[in-house]
Amino acid sequence: MRYLITVFLIVFGQVVVAQDWEDHQIFNAENATTSLRIVSSTDTDLFAPLIEAFVAKHPDVGVDYFVTGTAEIDRLFRDKPKAFDIAISSAMDLQLKLTNDGFALRLNGVLHPEWAQWRQSLFAFTSEPAAIVINKAAFSGYPIPRTRQELIQALRARPEAFRNRVGTYDVRKSGLGYLFATQDARASETFWRLMEVMGSLNVRLYCCSGEMIDDLITGRISVAYNVLESYAAVRAESQNALEIILPSDFPTTMMRTALVSRDTLVPQQAERFIQHLVHQQSGADKAASSPLPLLGGEAGVDRATIALEPALMTFLDALKRAKFLSEWTSALIQD
Amino acid sequence: MDNPTVSGSLRYRLGLTLIGGAAVLAVLLFFAVRSYAVQVAQQGQDNILVASVTSMLDAAAIRDNAVEVDIPYAAFSMLTTPADDRVFYAIFQDGTFLSGYRDLGYLGPDAGLENIFGFANVRGVLVRQVSASRTLIGANKRTEVQIVLAQTQDALSATLDQISRNAALLGVGFFALAAALSVWATAATMGQLDRLTTSVTRRGPQDLRPFKNSVPQEMAPLVQSLNSLMARLDQSLSQSEDFIAEAAHRVRTPLATVRSYAEATLQRVDKEENREAMRSMVKAIDESSRAAGQLLDHAMITFRADHLEREDINLVELVRDLVLRMTPIAEMKDLSLSVQGDGSVPYAGDAILLQNAVRNLVDNAMKYGPAESLIDITVRAEPHPHIMVIDRGPGFPSHEISTLTLRFKRGQNAENTIGSGLGLTIAKDVAFAHGGGIKLENTLKGGACVTLSLSS
Ligand SMILES: Nc1ncnc2c1ncn2[C@@H]1O[C@H](COP(=O)(O)OP(=O)(O)O)[C@@H](O)[C@H]1O
Ligand SMILES: [Mg+2]
Repeated sequence: MRYLITVFLIVFGQVVVAQDWEDHQIFNAENATTSLRIVSSTDTDLFAPLIEAFVAKHPDVGVDYFVTGTAEIDRLFRDKPKAFDIAISSAMDLQLKLTNDGFALRLNGVLHPEWAQWRQSLFAFTSEPAAIVINKAAFSGYPIPRTRQELIQALRARPEAFRNRVGTYDVRKSGLGYLFATQDARASETFWRLMEVMGSLNVRLYCCSGEMIDDLITGRISVAYNVLESYAAVRAESQNALEIILPSDFPTTMMRTALVSRDTLVPQQAERFIQHLVHQQSGADKAASSPLPLLGGEAGVDRATIALEPALMTFLDALKRAKFLSEWTSALIQD
Repeated sequence: MDNPTVSGSLRYRLGLTLIGGAAVLAVLLFFAVRSYAVQVAQQGQDNILVASVTSMLDAAAIRDNAVEVDIPYAAFSMLTTPADDRVFYAIFQDGTFLSGYRDLGYLGPDAGLENIFGFANVRGVLVRQVSASRTLIGANKRTEVQIVLAQTQDALSATLDQISRNAALLGVGFFALAAALSVWATAATMGQLDRLTTSVTRRGPQDLRPFKNSVPQEMAPLVQSLNSLMARLDQSLSQSEDFIAEAAHRVRTPLATVRSYAEATLQRVDKEENREAMRSMVKAIDESSRAAGQLLDHAMITFRADHLEREDINLVELVRDLVLRMTPIAEMKDLSLSVQGDGSVPYAGDAILLQNAVRNLVDNAMKYGPAESLIDITVRAEPHPHIMVIDRGPGFPSHEISTLTLRFKRGQNAENTIGSGLGLTIAKDVAFAHGGGIKLENTLKGGACVTLSLSS
């Protein structure tokens, strides 16, 4: 049996190596007797403190941390449920569907509020709003927009200033971008008008928040819509060129979620990791500071937080997705 | 006394029937409540599934010759349950899979039925599923959109568990209540019988009056038969007592005549062997007449004991009176009678009966005790009034002591003594009639000691 597992690990190790990762880091390789393979959409520098705190508490457990896109995580997990122990992703809809489809392991030992978990298998551990981030230079002398409506007006007022200089997610490539866009569309028609305006300004499309922020800093674009506030905040501190705006009409708020693979070989360690994660991120441990935003208040109270419910699967439906993308494309990409 | 043949117990039978019935009812109640709850809960889930699938079908349309199903966000949102049940769906166009889960199969079309419900196994879990369809009419074609929507039953089974627990509690509670009621009802019913039994038992041995207390309707025939049985018993008893008394009387009178003739003849007969025969004859006549007397006494006592008439008497006086009358007979045997004990023992009783009883005891003492000896008669009031007669004879034969008070029972030591075996019986009956009893024992020196005790 152990021989089989070893062969297994080697085979999958190669699969893992063959993958084109955004990042891959190993924590606590020296002392570890077992290893947790985490595939995540969260940048390593944001997540590393949580892993380090975990391995400090559990010196016998090592962590293999792989970073890739949310859609890729979903695909990897469905293809090879045995290849990873934990999936961490900002695409709540994909994570919920993975759980609904039976890929997640039920963890009865994790105590978490009802609204922040689903089927005791999928656990939310951050609250992160989507923000409008602007380069202040582009708005000097003009009022800074506080809502989507004001942004539309600002863009319409000076189209020449913003042509080729607005950016947002390419929802066809980014799971998180798709989640934000669909939730925005669900909440208000303003979204579509904004998309049309951005489309008319020849919008730039991005795969990730990071790149959008990079371009904002360099001044390639002046406005980025639906950027993860957490990513922007880290960068804005050093660059006071940026201003982060949480739209006061409705700040769409996402919760980062984690699940353990149904086929994990180390269920106990994986469960302990999830326990550690939700505990740290609940803010109960004042001493531990995480660069990731903590899990906020109850979803029901803060209406803009996307709820963990089966409805998240709606926009993942092939027909619905095709319809949404065609609308999105026709609004945004105007030739 | 013969114990009645017992088979089963009314109390148990009644109690068991009631409690068994309650148990059966409780179990039925449990299953009824549960199956109803299952039905209601399933109905609830079905209703939501239908609402959801309907809203999905409503969002189906033909656009640019293609079917488009713009699933409303609320369609899946309304399927949220406390147990976070899993949701599966599949959309077909004329039987061709369009989107959703390929694991689900479309059931139907079924004529007349809008929605077809069923259970299925999807990815190893049991799901409740509904199939529904809608016909779309486009510019130049007709097409049917079919949707299968399925949901796991985690929340439903949690609800059912809860309801089952409550139903079980309800059943147990009902059973406990019904069982308590059964026990109470049984006790109340049997209490009537117990009461009758007590009032029968409490009666004196001679009390044959009919029962007058009110009883439940169902027991009236029993009491009636009991009363008529006692009436007949009473009648036949008094008839036989009358008969004995009459018979004894009729025998005694001619015997007295025969005896006087025999005595007279004895004077005239000279031949020794004839004289001996005559003496035996007189002795036999004495014996018969004595027995007849005893029978008469016994009949009289039975009668008087039934209708005891108490009057205030002094037991010491009564005994002294008796001794005075028996002294001549005692002197013939050189016996002396002494009365001892309290100076005065007042008592309410039947003087004639009591005197008769004591006479029989003293009589026995004179018969079975040796000549030239002393007979002690002690009368005391404490602890309760009693009269004790002690002689200096050989005492009762110890192995027979318990049976000597039975009617016509005579001891082995009585073979050469005249007697009928009724003396101690009479004394015992008198003591019983006065609520007391009789005790036979032998003194340390061997003499017989008889204690006649009376109720205080
Ligand atoms: N004082 C006594 N001493 C010895 N035996 C006695 C005495 N009194 C009674 N008995 C015994 O008890 C028997 C029953 O007595 P009883 O009923 O008076 O009948 P009876 O004297 O006519 O035989 C007598 O037959 C005798 O065996
Ligand atoms: Mg006698």
